[in-house]
Amino acid sequence: MMKKSYCLGIESTADDFSVGISNFDGKILANVISAYIPEKGGIHPREAARHHAEVADKVLEEAFKKAKIKLKEISIIAFSQGPGLGPCLRTGATVARALAAYLNVPLVGVNHCVAHIEIGKLTTGAADPLTLYVSGGNTIVSAFDSGRYRVFGETLDIALGNCLDVFAREAGLSQRAGLPFGAMVEKIAGKGKKLIPLPYTVKGMDVSLSGLLTATVNLLKQSTYSLEDLCYSLQETAFSMVTEITERALTHTEKKEVLLTGGVAANKRLQSMIKYIAEEHDANFCVAPTQFSIDNGAMIAWTGILAYRHGVTTPVEKSFVRLKWRLEEVAIPWIK
Amino acid sequence: MDKVKAPILIKKGAEANLYLTEWHGRKVVIKKRLAKKYRPSRLDNQIRTYRTTHEAQIMHEAKNAGVPTPTIFLVDMKKTTIIMEFIDGKQIKQLFSNISVDKRKKICFKIGELVGRLHEYGIIHGDLTTSNMILNSEGKIFFVDFGLCEKTKELEAKGVDLHLMKRALQSTHFDFADECFKAIIDGYTEVVGSDTAKNVLDKISEIKKRGRYVAERKEGN
Repeated sequence: MMKKSYCLGIESTADDFSVGISNFDGKILANVISAYIPEKGGIHPREAARHHAEVADKVLEEAFKKAKIKLKEISIIAFSQGPGLGPCLRTGATVARALAAYLNVPLVGVNHCVAHIEIGKLTTGAADPLTLYVSGGNTIVSAFDSGRYRVFGETLDIALGNCLDVFAREAGLSQRAGLPFGAMVEKIAGKGKKLIPLPYTVKGMDVSLSGLLTATVNLLKQSTYSLEDLCYSLQETAFSMVTEITERALTHTEKKEVLLTGGVAANKRLQSMIKYIAEEHDANFCVAPTQFSIDNGAMIAWTGILAYRHGVTTPVEKSFVRLKWRLEEVAIPWIK
Repeated sequence: MDKVKAPILIKKGAEANLYLTEWHGRKVVIKKRLAKKYRPSRLDNQIRTYRTTHEAQIMHEAKNAGVPTPTIFLVDMKKTTIIMEFIDGKQIKQLFSNISVDKRKKICFKIGELVGRLHEYGIIHGDLTTSNMILNSEGKIFFVDFGLCEKTKELEAKGVDLHLMKRALQSTHFDFADECFKAIIDGYTEVVGSDTAKNVLDKISEIKKRGRYVAERKEGN
């Protein structure tokens, strides 16, 4: 008897708790995301983890409703094993272990960064891209070579999304459901005209964003410039830096596709810059659709399938979360 | 810029285009930083002009530090263009995988010595990769691409410079990155002395820890 197989993926590295369901052909049947929005300040890991624990059953229920399948039709449980915030990761891992034990199906621990790249490839059709992955926690320029996703460029300190978020909070903006800080900064930046000189720090194929953030926040506090001009200048400077290192990595690796993903990928200005350099070097520009570029369970489910098909499973005793699991540490047996 | 005949594009880089041509009877490379239309033109002009002048000045100074670099013949600020000597040789990146372990170690040791000389002199290269080093037929290693360089003797800058070298080895020459970096540090230590070398190595691990998601106790693995 033919049995349909599905993988359920759980994502909980930071402020989002998400459940995705994918079949073995990469058809995404569900991708339900619940975001934790702090009342004040940044993500408090314990508070975010509490949110994840509270919404887990509802998110799971909704995912099954969307996918129109039953719990017992799931044949693999995948979860985001790292990198990320400890309490958040542990909450997702606990749900995953419980489900896998209950259903008596294999557990697959997935690297969050690998998953971002894989879902980006699946949803855009990119085969072997140079990826710029920019989010609240990561700023990475990566491409596949000899069994691994190699990291060619990255941030030396804070991530691009983090830089924009902290600035937005310092400016007194408040996050609302469906309108993240990055989108607010983008909207305000659209009204800015004056380019304020800010530190532009490219080091080899890496960038440093902490000095830029400090300088912009200091100017904000002096109230010499309008918020519009500050947002505009911050975006232009930071995006120019990451675009420059992406172009460097592109000429270095000579890949023929550029994939933009991660939460900041939704920014239209950044998209236009990356598109420009891709075209400049005859490479195809791809950007992951927003629901698959932000943190999502579908990417974990799909990567779980890729790994499982190549014999990768994670026994419970090895399913401890890995807070600092770097992208290039992961063997990628599914790419020849 | 007179007497430049039919330049041939030899590299369309991210930073600049490189053309090969003859100029006053010499074989030269023209490095032209073209406008980057993705960034605001004021910012772009600033970056290109700064990097062009800076690169030319420091490439010249590097010679005083005892580090071979192509001789600069002409700098055109308005056109953000440098005309420099053509170095007949091979990029270290290209020959690295086809040579013996011993030969590779010797080259790395030499690279380390050259980086040490730059740092002692107060020059930070800013983009130390094996693409930016050329081995000529006489076995001399030339450093090129000084566009991101800095003039400073700060420990932090030295640490970042070598951290980037290490990262470049790990992403491009992953099979022998560790042995290469070790030989580079040996050569570096030879020039700067073991006290300075130790301070720089400590700084490198501190810089690494500032990054995102770095396992602290994995240094050296």
